[in-house]
This record gives sequence, C-alpha cells and structure tokens, in this order.
Amino acid sequence: MTNSTSQAEIVRQSLKRRYRKERRFRAYGITAIALAITALVVLFSDIISKGHTGFLKTTVTLEVTFDPEIMYLEDATDPAQIRNADYLAPLMAALKREFPEVSGRSGERALKGLLNSYSSSEVKDLVVANPAVMGTTQTLTFVASDDVDVFVKHRDDSSYSLKLTEEQQAWTLALMERGVIDTSFNDVFFTHGDSRDPGHAGVLGAIVGSLLTMAVTLLLSFPIGVAAAIYLEEFAPQNRLTDFIEVNINNLAAVPSIIFGLLGLAIFINLFGMPRSVPVVGGLVLMLMTLPTIIISSRAAIKSVPPSIREAAEGIGASKMQVVLHHVLPLAMPGMLTGSIIGMAQALGETAPLLLIGMVAFIVDVPDGFFSSATVLPVQIFLWAGSPELGFIERASAAIMVLLTFLISMNALAIWLRKRLERRW
Amino acid sequence: MQPANLLPLIVVLVIIAFVLGYARSRALAAPLGGIKHLKSLPFYYAARAAMWCGLPALLVLACWLGFEGKVIQTLVVGSLPAELQPDSAGKASLVLSQITNVASGALSADFVPPAIVEASTRLTNLQQSSQLMMTLLVVCIAVLGGFLAWLRIAPHVNARVKFETTLRRIFFACAGLAILTTVGIVFSVIFETVRFFGKVPMTEFLFGTSWSPQTAIRADQVGSEGAFGMIPLFVGTLLISAIAMVVAVPVGLMSAIYLAEYASPRMRGIVKPLLEMLAGVPTVVYGFFAALTVAPFISGLAAALGLQASAESALAAGLVMGVMIIPFVSSLSDDVINAVPQSLRDGSLALGATQSETVKKVIFPAALPGIMGGILLAVSRAIGETMIVVMAAGLAANLTANPLDSVTTVTVQIVTLLVGDQEFDSAKTLAAFALGMLLFIVTLALNILALHVVRKYREQYD
Repeated sequence: MTNSTSQAEIVRQSLKRRYRKERRFRAYGITAIALAITALVVLFSDIISKGHTGFLKTTVTLEVTFDPEIMYLEDATDPAQIRNADYLAPLMAALKREFPEVSGRSGERALKGLLNSYSSSEVKDLVVANPAVMGTTQTLTFVASDDVDVFVKHRDDSSYSLKLTEEQQAWTLALMERGVIDTSFNDVFFTHGDSRDPGHAGVLGAIVGSLLTMAVTLLLSFPIGVAAAIYLEEFAPQNRLTDFIEVNINNLAAVPSIIFGLLGLAIFINLFGMPRSVPVVGGLVLMLMTLPTIIISSRAAIKSVPPSIREAAEGIGASKMQVVLHHVLPLAMPGMLTGSIIGMAQALGETAPLLLIGMVAFIVDVPDGFFSSATVLPVQIFLWAGSPELGFIERASAAIMVLLTFLISMNALAIWLRKRLERRW
Repeated sequence: MQPANLLPLIVVLVIIAFVLGYARSRALAAPLGGIKHLKSLPFYYAARAAMWCGLPALLVLACWLGFEGKVIQTLVVGSLPAELQPDSAGKASLVLSQITNVASGALSADFVPPAIVEASTRLTNLQQSSQLMMTLLVVCIAVLGGFLAWLRIAPHVNARVKFETTLRRIFFACAGLAILTTVGIVFSVIFETVRFFGKVPMTEFLFGTSWSPQTAIRADQVGSEGAFGMIPLFVGTLLISAIAMVVAVPVGLMSAIYLAEYASPRMRGIVKPLLEMLAGVPTVVYGFFAALTVAPFISGLAAALGLQASAESALAAGLVMGVMIIPFVSSLSDDVINAVPQSLRDGSLALGATQSETVKKVIFPAALPGIMGGILLAVSRAIGETMIVVMAAGLAANLTANPLDSVTTVTVQIVTLLVGDQEFDSAKTLAAFALGMLLFIVTLALNILALHVVRKYREQYD
C-alpha cells in the first residue's frame, strides 16, 4: 500500500517538472517559427527599404540656350560642325545663371559635378536630330548625377556616405527649393537597358532577356517533361533501363545548378560552338535544370488520376495511347501546369549556371532575338550588387523587387490553378 | 532565314500537311462508302502526315544549329594562310575572336592582318550561305516528308498503330534525355579534369593545402607557379555549410515538429506558405542580403565586442545560407513526421506521456531515418550553393576554422575561374572543371547516401 502511494507521489511530484519541460518544448517550437518568419520579414523589409528609392529619379530641369558662340560653332547650319560642337557649355551657362556668384575654374568644376556626364551627349543627340533648335532656348530635363541623386534621396540617412561637397550640397538644396532639381517616377528604370551610370540604367534589357530565355526553357522543358512523365508512368516496362532513367532523374534534381553551367559551357559552347551569352544557350541550360522538377511533378499529377478512368476508357476499346491522350492527360494537366510554373519560377530566379555561359556581359542594348547577347534579371541584380556606386545598390534592390513581383505572381498563379482546376477524387 | 522565323514556318507546313492528309483520307473513303471503311480515323492519317512533315525537319534543324558554329569555325580557321595557323587551342580561340569581331564590326579592319579581314568576310559569307542552305534543306525535308506521308495514305493502312508507335518512341526519347544529361555532365567534367591532372598531379590537387591559381602570363614571371591544392576550398565549403546547418537544422526541425504536432490547422495554413516563401526567394537575393546587410552588421557587431571580423566573414554567408535551407529541412521533416502513424502517438499518450515526451521518445526516433536523409540532402544543397557565397564570401583561400575569417568555397572558385576571359588550355580554366567534378561527386555521394539511409532504416508500419 505504502509502496503504491509513493509511486503515485513520485509521479505527482515529477508532474510539475514534466509540464515545465512540455512548455519549454513548445516555446522552442514557437521560437523556431518566429525566427524563420523574422528572417523573412527582415529580408523583405531590408530590400524594400533599400530599393524603394530606386523607383524615383532625380532630375535637373534647365533653360538651355543654344548659343552658337559659346558652343564654338562658326556655321550653325553645317552638320559636321554641329556634331563636333561643345555641348557642355550651354548646360554650364544655364547652371551658372542659377548661381551667378560662382566663378573660377574650381567653382565651375564643382558646379559641373551636379550634372550627369551623359547630359551633354543627350543634348548633342537632340541637336543633331533637330538642328532647328540652334539659337533658341529650350526647357530640358536631365537625369542628375549619381552623387546628387544619392544626396537628394538619402541626405537624412547617416548610413550613406555623401560624395557631394558642402558647397555642392548647399547648391543642390537651393535648386530643390527653386524646383530645378526634382524627383519623379523613374521611367528610365523600366525603359532602358544597362548603363555605366546608375541614372541611365534600367531593367528592360534584363527583363526582355529573361523572357526570351524563359520562352526557350518553357517551349522545350514542358513538352519534353510531360512526354517523359507519360512514358515513365504509363508505358515504361519494369526493367533495368527504366530504373536507370528514374535514378538519373532523381539525381539530376539534386545536382547543384552550377554543374549545369559547366555542362552548358563544355557541351553547348565549346563542343557545338554556340555563341556565348545568348538566350538560346541560357534557355537550354535552364531546360536541363528544370526538367527533373517538371517530370517529377507531372508524374505525381498522372499518378493522381484514378485507375477507374483508365479502366473505363479501356473497357470501351480505347488503345493505351488513346486512354492517355484523351483521358489521363487532360485530367492531369492542371497538376502538370502547376509543377511547370513552379519549375519556371525556379529557373527565372537562377543565376549561377548563367554566369558560366557568359550571360554576365555588360550589355546596353535591349536584346532583339534569341541569338543576340543578353543578360537576365537575376544576373543584372548580381552585376549591380557588385558595383561600387551607391545608385546601383538601390537599383539592384529595386530590380530584386521587380524579380520578386514576377516570382510571387507566378507562384500565385500556380496556387490559383491548383485550387481552381485540380480535382480531388 | 533566321531559325526563329523558320520555326513558325515549319508549324505552318505541319498544319498544311495535317489538313491535306485529312482531306485525302476523307476523299479516299468517300467512294468506299464513308470513313468506316478506313482502317483508322481520318485524324490519324492526318496526324501521321503532320508528323512526317514536322519531325525530320525539326531534327535536321536542331542538328544544323548544333553543328553549324563549329563547322564554320573550322572552315574559316582552315582557310587561313599557314603562318597564321594557330598551333594551340588558346591561339585558335584568339584568332577566332579576332575574326568574329572584325566580321561584326566591333574591331576595325585596319588593326589586323589582311588575311584575318579576308577570313572575316569568308565567315560572313559562310554564315549567310549556311542560313540559306539550312532554310532550303529544312523546308524541302518538311515538304518531302509531308508529301510522302500524304501519298501513302490508303484505306488499308492502319495509321493509328503507326502513329501511336512513333509517339511512344518520342516519349521514350524524352525520358532518355535524363540519361543523356547525366552522361553530358560526366563527360563535360571528366575530359577537362583528366587534362588538368596531366598538368597538375592528382595528389597535389587532393591533398595540397595551398590554393592560388595564378598562371604565368610571361614565362619568367615571379610566382608563376600556381598552387592547386583544394583542401582550403573544401574546408571553407564545409565551414560555411556547417554554420548553415547549425542554423537550419534546429530551426527547421523544431518548426516542423511544432507545425505537425501542436499547431492548429489555421496556424499551419498561415505559417507553411510563409516558410515556403523563404524557399522561393532566389539565391541571388539571399546573396545580396548577405553581402550588403548581414556582413556589415556582423563585422560591426564583432568590432563592438572587440573581435576582428573580416568584411566577407564565413559567418555572414553561412547564416544567410542557413535561412535559405530552413524551409528545405522543415518541409522534408514535416513530411516524415506526418508519415509516422497516429497509433504510435495514441499509444504513447495513453501511457501518460506528455506531448513533448511523445515527440522526443516515440515520434522522433521513428522519423529519424527520414530526417537524417533530409538533412543529408540539405547538406548537399549547402555545398553546391553558389550565389550566396559568390556574393558574400571571399576569394582568399584561407585554411581556417574561424567563422569570422574570410574563406572561399569550391563554387566561388569555379565561378571566379570561369567568368570573364579564359585561356582555354590553361591549368586555371581546367582547374574549374576539376573542382566541378569534385562537387558533382560529393553531392552525388551525399544524395545516394541520403536515399540509402532512408531506405535502409525506414521502419515499416503497414
């Protein structure tokens, strides 16, 4: 009797400790989840806080007088002279009108620092295209220099090192008050390719490059993946060859992506002599990389079609191929599409293999075909992230936001498709 | 014609072949008394004609595009006068790039010998005639194939069986592509690796403790001997992966346990997609985050604590890589934990165990093989991860275990050696392939081991 009492007593005494352990264990679980979600939140908020200013551009609006005298033009109608004229002079004249007190070589140089180095060639293009503006005064808007851009956007943020001198900062503030320097929506970012100057750099080239590459990947990997899945699920005999194919697919799904880059470099470029940095080769490499994902998800989709459908079709005399093409495939299609979209989203965010096949080149032009040099969005982010200019860092963050928008909408589409079209048997 | 325009043309031809084939089979059937006198439905005759029209043409197009570049290159280089004939692969690529640059106008013709200019015009001509020939050949094959198939439409031919057999072979070929890819990977690394070991002894590569892949530009250069010992790279890779696993395994595993055993369906529905979002973030974004936010933060923190931390510390790359792998570990563990039968839980709870005791003493041991498999897969993923380390880890190959130091990894070195201008035959370029081979073997071994662990130690509950 006493023995059993003490037994119950021991259990009762240990209960408190055990419940404490239980609570601690739960707390660990919640902490783990909280850590993971905190990481996600910190990641996103960091990128948004760094990148939202990338969607704004700082502009300088000047009243530019095209005075042939200061542009060293003797004959303002001669195209050859127009091409060689001094286009910085009218810009400097317009700026000096804002600050008449500035004089001397060093003062002028400081003032010039407010202008973007591309501005004079923009003026030149304008005049060469339309010589009639010579002698007139035009109100022109230019992208400001990178240093001004950083100052205007981040002058209150101590973590940015400002490159403008005190004097230039005062000028910039004065010009901002007069409305000469202003910020507006950064349309350049969405309408231009890459550039050496952050103010003129955009993601359009990278987006088009990504779309071309993804087109190649999708056109090849979806039909091939679905065909392979159909073969393995429906037709493959139970033999060593089939086993070998399956082992290969499962292994390829876990091979690091950079290995596919080595494959592309050695086979497509060195062996077949295909050109470097073109969307076709990038698409082929990404196709090989996403193929296992698509095959695995397509097989799962085919497996989920109940045997009764097959049996019914076979029962009324359909051939094996007819059963597959007319009944199984349409029913499995939503699942296959979902898997393919997720595979494509992976491919869209992939960087490493594309570095090896030369898609890291500095390319200003927006690519115009599958065989023209191109870069893709993630590689563009990589390139900008490595640049020393602060302006490129915020544009890299902005480009990340564009990339994530694409990825999130693709995943949302996949989820929507799954919810909307997938049937439960 | 550009290959991109040739594809729609083939599609149009295929559609025409289909329509004509359909019409012909109907026409043949009409005098016999309707399509019931045909061996197959008109669709199959038409589909067979379309297949014959499209398939050979597409195959020829793919082969042409694949070999065109190499053949033209060989022809152009072969046509150069003897004194310009390149005597090594490195020179060949130099001459070739000169020729292509002159042809595209990127290099002025004034700066190169006249033979190169001649070769560049030859290159342009060859490219143009190759495109013309390709267009003609592909269209001819498509028309011919379609026409032959159209001619062979007859009521007694069982078009369906033939169509289905061909389709089945195509499906098989698509599945076989997986083997081809593996073979391609193995061959692309193995040849270069063998050539690399011809220049650098294998023992030096495997056991050398110093890595500085400098090759001489001039023969008499100081320090022209490169060192190709992979141990520091491997240790760096393991250090960063280990940091990543220290983050990912506890967090991933505990969140999987909580989600599987404690969380309400509502909470699961919110938390799981959030974790999956972490998995969907591209690695270049993690790399950006590691290099520009986490690394400065860590070196600042270390300085505040009076420690010396590199700006490219292994800790920053490892921590962020760990965050990337959390969803990988948690989703794999979640699957395994959910696969443990409910009866085990019920039995344990009925004996008076608390929920955490059930998890620790019953569910965890039952799920252990699967969890171990998942962790091994995660390790293989960490070892092969490239962008985070390329952006956040350093280039200096330090042999150290200090997480605040800068280390480099196998993948970083592959990228560094292969991005930019390469000399084709140098030990430097070949070393990248040897590292690729090493990476492939290690990850393959880990994957096979993971599968083996799961298969061998899985408890059967059915």
